[in-house]
Amino acid sequence: MSPLNNETVQKAFGVIRDEAKRRRDAFREEPVPKIQIGMATCGIASGALETKNAFEEVLAERKIEAHIRTVGCIGHCYAEPVVIMDHPESGFPPIFYHNVTPGKAKMLAKSFLEEGDPLFEHVLGAMEENDLVPQVLDFPRFNQEKRVVLEKCGRVDPEDIYEYIADGGYETLAKILQLAPNEIIEEVQKSGLRGRGGAGFPTGRKWDLARNADGQHKTVICNADEGDPGAYMDRTLLESNPHQVLEGMAICAYAVGAQKAIVYVRAEYPLAVKIVTKAIGQARELGLLGEGVLGSSFDLEIDVFQGSGAFVCGEETALIQSIEGNRGMPRHRPPYPVQQGLGGQPTVINNVKTLASIPPIIEHGATWFRAIGTEKSPGTAIFSVVGNIVHAGLVEIPMGVTLRTLIFDICGGVPNKKKFKAVQIGGPSGGCLPEDFLDTPIDFDSLIQAGAMMGSGGMVVMDEDTCMVDVSRYFLDFTQKESCGKCTFCRIGTHHLLNTLERITKGEGRDGDLEQLETLSEDIKDGSLCGLGKTAPNPVLTSLRYFRDEYEAHVKERRCPARMCRTLTAFYIDLDKCARGCDACVGSCPVEAIFTTKDRKKGVDQSLCVKCGECMVACPAEYDAVMKVSPPDLAPIIEQAVDD
Amino acid sequence: MAKLLVDNKEIEAKEGISLLQACLDNGIYIPNLCHIHGTDNPSASCRLCFVEIEGEDKPIPSCTVKAKDGIIVKTDTPSVRRLQCTAFKLLMSVHRVDCGHCPANKKCELQRIAKFLKVGLKPKYLELHLKETEVDESNPFLDYYPNRCVLCGKCIAVCKDKHGRAFLTFAKRGLDAVVSSYGEKDVSNLPCGKCLACIGICPVGAITSKDSPHQTA
Ligand SMILES: Cc1cc2nc3c(=O)[nH]c(=O)nc-3n(C[C@H](O)[C@H](O)[C@H](O)COP(=O)(O)O)c2cc1C
Ligand code: SF4
Ligand code: SF4
Ligand code: SF4
Ligand code: SF4
Ligand code: FES
Ligand code: FES
Repeated sequence: MSPLNNETVQKAFGVIRDEAKRRRDAFREEPVPKIQIGMATCGIASGALETKNAFEEVLAERKIEAHIRTVGCIGHCYAEPVVIMDHPESGFPPIFYHNVTPGKAKMLAKSFLEEGDPLFEHVLGAMEENDLVPQVLDFPRFNQEKRVVLEKCGRVDPEDIYEYIADGGYETLAKILQLAPNEIIEEVQKSGLRGRGGAGFPTGRKWDLARNADGQHKTVICNADEGDPGAYMDRTLLESNPHQVLEGMAICAYAVGAQKAIVYVRAEYPLAVKIVTKAIGQARELGLLGEGVLGSSFDLEIDVFQGSGAFVCGEETALIQSIEGNRGMPRHRPPYPVQQGLGGQPTVINNVKTLASIPPIIEHGATWFRAIGTEKSPGTAIFSVVGNIVHAGLVEIPMGVTLRTLIFDICGGVPNKKKFKAVQIGGPSGGCLPEDFLDTPIDFDSLIQAGAMMGSGGMVVMDEDTCMVDVSRYFLDFTQKESCGKCTFCRIGTHHLLNTLERITKGEGRDGDLEQLETLSEDIKDGSLCGLGKTAPNPVLTSLRYFRDEYEAHVKERRCPARMCRTLTAFYIDLDKCARGCDACVGSCPVEAIFTTKDRKKGVDQSLCVKCGECMVACPAEYDAVMKVSPPDLAPIIEQAVDD
Repeated sequence: MAKLLVDNKEIEAKEGISLLQACLDNGIYIPNLCHIHGTDNPSASCRLCFVEIEGEDKPIPSCTVKAKDGIIVKTDTPSVRRLQCTAFKLLMSVHRVDCGHCPANKKCELQRIAKFLKVGLKPKYLELHLKETEVDESNPFLDYYPNRCVLCGKCIAVCKDKHGRAFLTFAKRGLDAVVSSYGEKDVSNLPCGKCLACIGICPVGAITSKDSPHQTA
């Protein structure tokens, strides 16, 4: 590239950056309080829109001057709606508030903004060091995270490109346009970055293959299909900071020699679609995309493609089929998409998080990136931690942190004094690991070795009340429905696995079932065409390996140790505990299964009971008389008072 | 010409053809349902044509690799047979076995594979799961039997090959997947009356002609 070109790029970008900084400074210097609300899908689902409306109302009503700024996900989904209030005049630092309901919003506006009282009882912490309020950074949920990919999430307004730029965004795009493509690929290779879409393929190598493949019309595709139940990292990233992903895509396109790129998002993510589309428009307007990016000779168009939302469409060959207008069915590889992808042309497909890792790598260098994480899995991992966990949400940690640290220190452990039982990692392709594996470091290879996998980052924590057979049944039900139906093993095999698991949870397990589950699982793994089928048996195989006694209890004793499987449990009322004359449970029962005994205590009619558990909730804590047992014949027979 | 060793027998094959085709051409039978002679993009969906190739740690479908010079192939190892038997039993666990009333009787690939692998047509351990619809009569020329179809996809491929677009397609997902004919009712748009290539290529008796229900390949 000619030096003239360098200067053009520098100059063009300089103008944009100056404008971004000018806008930021103007905003900052305005002497009014700022209210920042987390408004990604997770926030909206917990009522962030209502919270925002409440702030708007109260500000108008009481003529308080303040700016409301919407940002993406701050990561603390358990605390949502979250609000950060910056009111410099009050003498307090910016403060992080949790569970800000509309009522709380109005209260905060009045007390804090009008009277300078920050209402300590609602404060989660301060955003910076100070003498008045404890800092959020002192909590493990904050200080053990390492934010590389999510660094700007929750800080920048995703709908304003200037905020991203003022925060250093698009700086690396301007930088790489002055480098030769192979220098970029070398840097990515040196960084050791591995694909965050699940399999962990080295990203630099993929780009190198694509660069060297023959073809005039190469394409870069950002895979945001994200079909794992419970996983929402990619959605959140796109909703909270779309430009970092677009910047990564632009760098990739320049490095491999593509002029076209596509963001493949599922149509069920309307907010992500809207925000990315808007972001592309803004980037085009500023000349960061389109013909002659920043005045250079590099052209790039990025489009959004809305997928139908089938899980299998996340598989790269099916994804291409789907963009080409065909039924999303995987095909045999090789040829790989980097050789023959969209329209038969070389195509790079990378996950959202992979692409979003690129700008920080280019900015700080491969050596910096390698210093985070482990030797073979450099960088960070992002998980959406859900299930029986105190601080659910999006967490970004350096690779190599143990499961124990992540679950117990960072996410606060299991709530309600329950015992930890297992953690499911990697969604329907992953596995369940028991307590013994809590010291496993989180990295691609250690997780595979333990029988789970990184997957795309779904993590479900389960407490002692979870039935492992039922968990397998749940995942198999998912994969079985999502199988594209193309190949024999996946289409029919997963159905038989599900069928057997269903029988077992109903207490209809037979001798030989477990052995058949095992052999069929192995065959499905070895025989299936694509990754869906190859990994579908993992939940069964790992739970059979680590929780076999639970399966055996179901099959041999018709007993569900977690007392979860309805057919295998029964409710009864302990007559020694039941308070005479207390009718609390009676009204709670939806099927009128609770009768009165002759000494005016209560009993459950087992032939009517549907095992909903409502009576157990209804029974006052001081009596705690409703018992749940498995197998069901442990419930004593209690006689009903004879009506006269 | 490529020279390769299959089950200790040296065979010759045209460079570029699939290993499966090379074996079949040389009289070495490997069970297969979805393979189409001469295609460049194998469907690789039936998962029956597994072989072991020296240097690879797991069995590979032979329709997906080329017959390369010097490779050493085994078609009858225990792991190959295990996968083939499982795939076959799985297919038969969703199959209405009623050969007496089936136009494919005696020419049926499933019968051939059963004999070759020495497994019965009716599965012993797996529960039989049949679809509710026995016959889909919606196409004006063709009848389709979901409980006979092995979803090899050959009918769709041959249709596309003949007419530049397929008048048949896969529909639904998972175990419910079927071949469907787009519900095209306007007879003048359908070339099927003069074609029937799909019937000819079906390895079982899953598509029949409304005019001559007993006609097959
Ligand atoms: C059934 C199935 C579903 C997948 N879903 C996704 C997905 O939602 N997002 C994703 O990035 N990769 C998904 N993948 C992996 C992709 O095929 C591909 O490997 C990945 O997008 C490559 O990107 P990476 O190298 O950045 O990881 C899926 C794979 C399979 C087999
Ligand atoms: S493994 Fe499943 S999803 Fe993949 S091609 Fe086979 S049937 Fe389709
Ligand atoms: S478990 Fe539900 S159905 Fe059974 S007795 Fe209690 S409330 Fe009634
Ligand atoms: S398709 Fe084959 S196995 Fe099935 S009924 Fe017809 S002849 Fe018998
Ligand atoms: S109808 Fe016949 S050719 Fe078509 S998919 Fe079914 S078995 Fe294959
Ligand atoms: S013939 Fe090879 S998979 Fe069907
Ligand atoms: S091939 Fe389509 S009708 Fe014959």
